[in-house]
Amino acid sequence: MPVNYYIFLSAALFCIGIMGVLTRRNAIVIFMCVELMLNAVNLLLVAFSKMHHLRALATDAQTTVGTDAQLFVFFIMVVAAAEVSVGLAIIVMMYRNIHSVDVNFLNRLKH
Amino acid sequence: MNAIILTAIWGVVMMYVGVFVHRRKARVYMAIAGILLLLITNWLELVGLTLFPIDSKGMLEPGNFGLLFNEVTFFSTLIYFLLSGHDFEDVGGNTSDYFALIFFVLCGISIVTAFKTLLMLFLGIEIISIPLYILAGSDKRNLKSNEAALKYFLMGAFSTGLMLMGITLLYGSSGTFQVDGLNMGLGKLPPMIAIGLVLMMISMAFKVSAAPFHFWTPDVYDGAPTVFTSFMATVVKAGAFFAFLRLFDQAFGKMQDEWRMLLAIITAATLLIGNITAVFQQSVKRMMAYSSIAQAGFMLLAVFALNQTGKQGLLLYATAYSLATIGVFAVLTRMKDYTFEGFTGLSRQQPLVAFSLTVCLLSLAGIPLTAGFFAKYYMLLATLRTGHMIGLVILAVLCAAISVYYYFRVVQAMYFREGTAGSTSRFSDGFKAVLLANSLILILLGIHPDWLLRLFNY
Repeated sequence: MPVNYYIFLSAALFCIGIMGVLTRRNAIVIFMCVELMLNAVNLLLVAFSKMHHLRALATDAQTTVGTDAQLFVFFIMVVAAAEVSVGLAIIVMMYRNIHSVDVNFLNRLKH
Repeated sequence: MNAIILTAIWGVVMMYVGVFVHRRKARVYMAIAGILLLLITNWLELVGLTLFPIDSKGMLEPGNFGLLFNEVTFFSTLIYFLLSGHDFEDVGGNTSDYFALIFFVLCGISIVTAFKTLLMLFLGIEIISIPLYILAGSDKRNLKSNEAALKYFLMGAFSTGLMLMGITLLYGSSGTFQVDGLNMGLGKLPPMIAIGLVLMMISMAFKVSAAPFHFWTPDVYDGAPTVFTSFMATVVKAGAFFAFLRLFDQAFGKMQDEWRMLLAIITAATLLIGNITAVFQQSVKRMMAYSSIAQAGFMLLAVFALNQTGKQGLLLYATAYSLATIGVFAVLTRMKDYTFEGFTGLSRQQPLVAFSLTVCLLSLAGIPLTAGFFAKYYMLLATLRTGHMIGLVILAVLCAAISVYYYFRVVQAMYFREGTAGSTSRFSDGFKAVLLANSLILILLGIHPDWLLRLFNY
């Protein structure tokens, strides 16, 4: 499959994620949208990795060029997991205090 | 490499200290011992002695500039621990955990001062950010602290997503994560590189709170516990700026003509918005948050200029700004009232503290004979030497003039207003001594900036 399809799919997923972050008010939904952005990046990285690898294979059958992006994906997954653990803890902490996960709720309480 | 490994180890040590050492003061001393160890070992690496010879396959390479920047970072953190280390217990009982998190942040900063691939940049930025989300929300019962943590977290995760998309597009076009491999010369940029570059710039602007991506900063800095705001606004911001400069110098330096205009707009907006909004603040803490945006505008000039003067200037600016802001926040933490009126009459109750605070504020405003003056001078000089956008220099000077107003409001409240509102007597002799030493360093650097800059050519 041409790499363009992957680029379009990833860009679409990424834009859905951005729109979600900017328009939704529920903290958990925003959080899911951020994860969607990260996974769009993961998909694109693997596609690019395959593209560069195939291109390099044409000249050298033993090459490992292009495989580093697949390693990058694992790092993104690890970091995303660390962020989830901290982020959900923060959301739970907020829920305990105000019994809501609405991000605008705090603004209203402050004044 | 010394710093990266030892910060991580000492972070774990501090967690165990929380289990085995129950005296609060002993925990602070352990943290200070750790930072002294880091200062020494990082210096050893600067003179050529690496304790852990690790082959990072070209992924990490601090260079003298990076190591020197680490040294400045660790020194600022040392002053921060000495001044504010005992205030951690006001936030919560887990003081050693807060110290551990700060050591992990320092680990992230040592990585971003040494990265050679975008992978390491990403990991470094994340290792800086994740502990900070926790620190911002460490005052668990306080709604403002909750809000700060949530906002910081969502904005941080969002900007990480943008940065990753940028990295991916750069990779897709160039086939490498190495910053040297990206640095192609002039000519028409491929669209994927151009989009990647813009996304990287946006995400870095988020991290250093440059306008128009600064909107999270006032709420986060205002809501987070004051001791941790001090760390976030100084050491972390300086580290993020170093990453910004290093990325744009090494990866995009040769295509500077393509992005110069964009960065100039961001810089001008940051200077204007930061300074003008700071004028209208009623709380000193919130004023300092906007002041940090305004100072970020000045530091952006180094990224704009990308020359030797700019790099020297960033080093000096990071030192001057960090030390001065740490001094201001250390006093602010111990005030009952965070408004300008809260400082009324401080000069009569605590003349020494008021004097040191004045020196810090003068340095932030960039008055001659303080380090802030030469820091600003180097930034303007660097911009002039590029030969582009002289208007930016004029704007920066005007903004520095505006900044004098809101910094002097505090000085005016301390010296020229009658009354004894709100100040406390919680200033110990040790605290005063360190605060005075801090302001002496600021004055010394204002007379002899070459003492720091000479190290640059080490």
